[in-house]
Amino acid sequence: MWPMVLRRIGIGFVLIWVVSVLIFLVTQVLPGDAAEIRLGQAATPETLAALRKELGLDQPAVIQYAHWIGDLLTGDLGISAAGGATIASLIENRIGNTVFMTAVVTVVSIPLSILLGLLAAMYPGGLIDRAVTFSTLGLIAVPDFLIAIVLILVLAVQAGLVPAVSYLSGSESFWKKLSILALPIATLVIVVSAQMIRMTRAGVLNVMSSPYVEMAILKGVPRRRIILRHALLNAIGPIVNVIALNLAYLVSGVVVIETIFAYPGLAKLMVDGVQTRDMPIVQACGMIFCSTYVVLILIADIASIVSNPRLRHPK
Amino acid sequence: MPALLEISDLKIQARKDDGSAIEIVKGVSFNVEAGQVVALIGESGSGKTTISLAALAYSKPGLELAGGEVRLNGEDILQMEPLAVRDLRGRRVAYLAQSAAATFNPALKIGEQVTESSVLHGILTQEQADERAEALYRALELPNPDRMGGRYPHQVSGGQLQRLMAAMALCGKPDLLVLDEPTTALDVTTQIEVLKAFKKVIQEEGSAAIYVSHDLAVVAQIADYIVVLYGGEIMEQGPADQIINRPSHAYTRRLMATARPARAAEAKGEARGAHHKATPAIRVKDLTAGYGGIAGGEPAVTILRDVNVQVERGEAVGVIGESGCGKSTLARVVAGLLPAARGDVLLDGQALNPSVKGRRREELQKIQFVFQMADTALNPKQRLGNILGRPLAFYGNLRGKEKRLKVAELLRMVELPPEFAYRYPHELSGGQKQRVNLARALAAGPEVLLCDEVTSALDTIVGANVIELLKGLRENLGVSLVFISHDLSTVASFADKIVVLYAGRVVEQGPVERVLSPPYHPYTRLLITSVPEMRIGWLEESLATREAAAGIARDVKMTATGCPFYSRCPLAIDGLCDQETPPVREDTTGHQISCHHSLTQNDPVRGDRYAANGAAASI
Amino acid sequence: MTDESARVTPPPDLSENGIQPDRSFEELPDAPPKQGLKLSLVGKISVVVVAFWMVLACIGPFVAPYHEAHFIEENEEGEFYDDPSYLSPSSQVWLGTDFLGRDILSRIIWGARTTIGISLAATLLAYALGIIFGIAAAVAGGWADAVLSRLDDAILSFPSIMLGLIFVAAFGSSIPLLIVLAGVVYAASVYRIARAFGHEIIVQDFVEAARARGEGLWWIITREVLPNAAMPLATDFGLRLVFVILFISSLSFLGLGVQPPVSDWGSMVRENLQGLGNGLGGGALACLAPAFAIASLTIAINLIVDDVSAKAGGSLAKKMI
Repeated sequence: MWPMVLRRIGIGFVLIWVVSVLIFLVTQVLPGDAAEIRLGQAATPETLAALRKELGLDQPAVIQYAHWIGDLLTGDLGISAAGGATIASLIENRIGNTVFMTAVVTVVSIPLSILLGLLAAMYPGGLIDRAVTFSTLGLIAVPDFLIAIVLILVLAVQAGLVPAVSYLSGSESFWKKLSILALPIATLVIVVSAQMIRMTRAGVLNVMSSPYVEMAILKGVPRRRIILRHALLNAIGPIVNVIALNLAYLVSGVVVIETIFAYPGLAKLMVDGVQTRDMPIVQACGMIFCSTYVVLILIADIASIVSNPRLRHPK
Repeated sequence: MPALLEISDLKIQARKDDGSAIEIVKGVSFNVEAGQVVALIGESGSGKTTISLAALAYSKPGLELAGGEVRLNGEDILQMEPLAVRDLRGRRVAYLAQSAAATFNPALKIGEQVTESSVLHGILTQEQADERAEALYRALELPNPDRMGGRYPHQVSGGQLQRLMAAMALCGKPDLLVLDEPTTALDVTTQIEVLKAFKKVIQEEGSAAIYVSHDLAVVAQIADYIVVLYGGEIMEQGPADQIINRPSHAYTRRLMATARPARAAEAKGEARGAHHKATPAIRVKDLTAGYGGIAGGEPAVTILRDVNVQVERGEAVGVIGESGCGKSTLARVVAGLLPAARGDVLLDGQALNPSVKGRRREELQKIQFVFQMADTALNPKQRLGNILGRPLAFYGNLRGKEKRLKVAELLRMVELPPEFAYRYPHELSGGQKQRVNLARALAAGPEVLLCDEVTSALDTIVGANVIELLKGLRENLGVSLVFISHDLSTVASFADKIVVLYAGRVVEQGPVERVLSPPYHPYTRLLITSVPEMRIGWLEESLATREAAAGIARDVKMTATGCPFYSRCPLAIDGLCDQETPPVREDTTGHQISCHHSLTQNDPVRGDRYAANGAAASI
Repeated sequence: MTDESARVTPPPDLSENGIQPDRSFEELPDAPPKQGLKLSLVGKISVVVVAFWMVLACIGPFVAPYHEAHFIEENEEGEFYDDPSYLSPSSQVWLGTDFLGRDILSRIIWGARTTIGISLAATLLAYALGIIFGIAAAVAGGWADAVLSRLDDAILSFPSIMLGLIFVAAFGSSIPLLIVLAGVVYAASVYRIARAFGHEIIVQDFVEAARARGEGLWWIITREVLPNAAMPLATDFGLRLVFVILFISSLSFLGLGVQPPVSDWGSMVRENLQGLGNGLGGGALACLAPAFAIASLTIAINLIVDDVSAKAGGSLAKKMI
């Protein structure tokens, strides 16, 4: 088993490297001359040449990449094209906010999803099951921003319970932060949980229809023990896998949600960067999000390896 | 005193999607006395499994009780409260499923699963249960009984798992065991071991049993009483002796006749003599094949090693061996689906390109492959007309009306009505699909038909009909047949020649009457003595003479050196058989045995394979 | 158990003396009822909803009350509005007006063409690429398969929205770019599924039989593999279309997709976000209506897919990862 896990981790590193190459290619090499883009109308041959030299654009792409990745690894993320501030400082201000929000979403959505998924799977076809399946089926097809604007309209505009915009000054207490973030967190929890509930339910049901569960029934094993000992032990791997995959979906959700609520997080920084075509910001944020995604997918992979009894206890 | 289990007028129906119900068990009544083994015998669709599960007050999803009673010690278990039903299962009635591999929970240790039921029901404490489990492992002749409980299901072999399931069922000392086709998925040599173990523990424990099977010969070995089912109804029931020796119902007789077909007529010898002079239709020469990349003539995983086989024109060659021995691979190599690593396949004396891609159309046409599973061998999205028409167009360039007429002729040839041309495969029964499968191969007008286990997925009677058809086709069309099977009696019923494969090597081959009579290769003897005969008491007799039994439980190993059968052979010579490849010993009839022992030596019970004393002495 | 329940065997007709024709007790054809595609009520309603939007996408500009870029300046009586933005629904503007005073209903009708058109084109592109490469990889195997699959892994190791952001940052946004972008991004998942189906089918005996017969690659793919992959791929197409609609809408919502003045449901939500603060009476509808248009379409497609795949064995959940 461990060689397989190590292999997966190795593949993860390779993927992150590939991601970095692709990001570099797309943002720096393909669009053409970054100096020209940056100077725009003000470009003169002299200023262009000077900026090219300054940015290292006169060197071959491979050297440029080596410089870029080297800087990235040493924490030098470059300077924002727009404001001239170092990107490291911009990210430093924002990353905590994004991590805070996603952490709360994770902590809320995982137990919620497993609970609802199990409840639905325990009595398939029952009232809870039908309610859960139908609503999640709808929710997974709904755009994230619809959930957000409905929540805003109902809870913030009509009821006035929570603020519609999640602005943080940086000095709020934990609970104050939570109340300010109530809407984005609720939106993300709904978005992420819908998939997780469905997959948990499917995973448990899949195991429940297996011959060994039928055998347990025919051995007179009580229902509770069947679910907790026979079924869950086999479903746990798929469930962990599902959780990791769905947390990866969070990456997409966060982009939309931070924009709607004008939340000063990393995703908002990146979207702003895209709008102003501020490449260094796009590169840095893109690397952070994509690497996180690769790591989460990797965790999902490893979870399914580790949870396989055939691999855990080889012959 | 009432019987242990009384089933009276049991009716079970299936509920279809549209809400209508079909009765699949139509008023069945029989009793099981204490300590008695009752066999339910029937083919698929007979309702035998459904009836047996009723003894556990269980029905598969989609099925429901439509009437009748199942009384255990006088109490109707179908009317019990759920809690009482749970107490009944595992404590008083225990179940053994067909596939132990699927029935054991992969995430739990074997020990926990074996003892779970008895501990949960409060019959035994965990310590007592562990002790009893170990005793049962010992009684079931499982290796390392002291450490068995700590292992996971995937760490033991299929035959062992099947026996472990018996331990699981017996651990709580139930009054009644329900065994659902417990040996069907096993190889014939493993089946007899498991059967023996089951019979022994059932006798020792004194529990009653319902034994569900489609195989009358197996049932004859273990049952006291037999119930013959067809289409959810009892055809006849009675003591085993009466059903086996004096069946009164036509269905039972038909079942008996098809289950163990007579061996090929002895008189075939002369007719075949003529073939030998001509060039063989197919010749396989020094063939080595397997899967994975090929390096230096050796594949990554070797399945066949140095195989030499010859198929004369018009001859039927049976290839036999247990699962994994490489018999299907041989057919795939001949068909070019799997290119060989080394060696040649010769068609009419001409070496063929190893791969289908490199073969000419006329060559492809002459060798046709008939797949085992007609279900998957026929494209579900094509009508039979297209399925049969394609080879006609592809090889014979037939078009339009000509093609349609030929399709109708082909359907007639396999005894199907011509209007079937407009049907899709899923509208046919299993036997009909297998006929179409055969017809597609015939459409090419082949010289050689490679039939890969074409009857194994079929019910006994249906399979027998397909064999009859094959015999007829062979006579009328003069095609050569390579018939691959794990079932010795089927092969023996119509082959001219038998090739015995073991772990990818030919251990014995020759004219059918030579291979099936001494001298034998030790493995051939094991195979022959493992096929249950349709008579009561065969199991005991056979066990007494089975010298090879000692090595039976061991895994089959593919070896590059020495004799492949070494690890299981009762006659193995240490330092010789495991080191050197055995010589091929051949007599004048073309009968070859690959063994270090001389042809007389390796048959210590020559001509008398049921004589117990001689066999025991030679071990 | 299904085989036992599916088969109805009448009692054999036995003559008293037991003389039987050889083929008595032959099993009956187990013809399962032909799987006609019967949708549930929800499924049927969903079909109507999807059909409605598809028709509107085709004929929208001819039935819309106004042009998508038309500014409402005066009411039906010809009086000029002080501020025509975020008007409440009225007989003149059924769903009110947007932040610039354009008719929401007309823009939704026009937007159907943009949103559905782009998504459909992108999904078709994704399918063309994914299936061609996926089936080819499955059939060809070897190094071609390895190269394609590793490339696919690389694309899939990006969250789709990130690829969208990075490409838009580099190349700006235009409708052809959006189609190609979504097409390539989702081709990666189609590739994976097509390759898996290909692998599943390629080992089937009927494909082996065609190979043994000497059939060429083209025949095997078009006659043996594709017809059997059609149904699962069709349901997957529905799902993929949902994802693409959501992807395009999200990009538009972020202001990085379809650019004004072309109306598109996702950008309409964004444009009118401030209207939300005015409550339902004055502008929230401008923001909600296009969002609900998207949801009605995607949910309906999803419900159809769920209905169809439940009939086809309900293994959809596994493939949704």
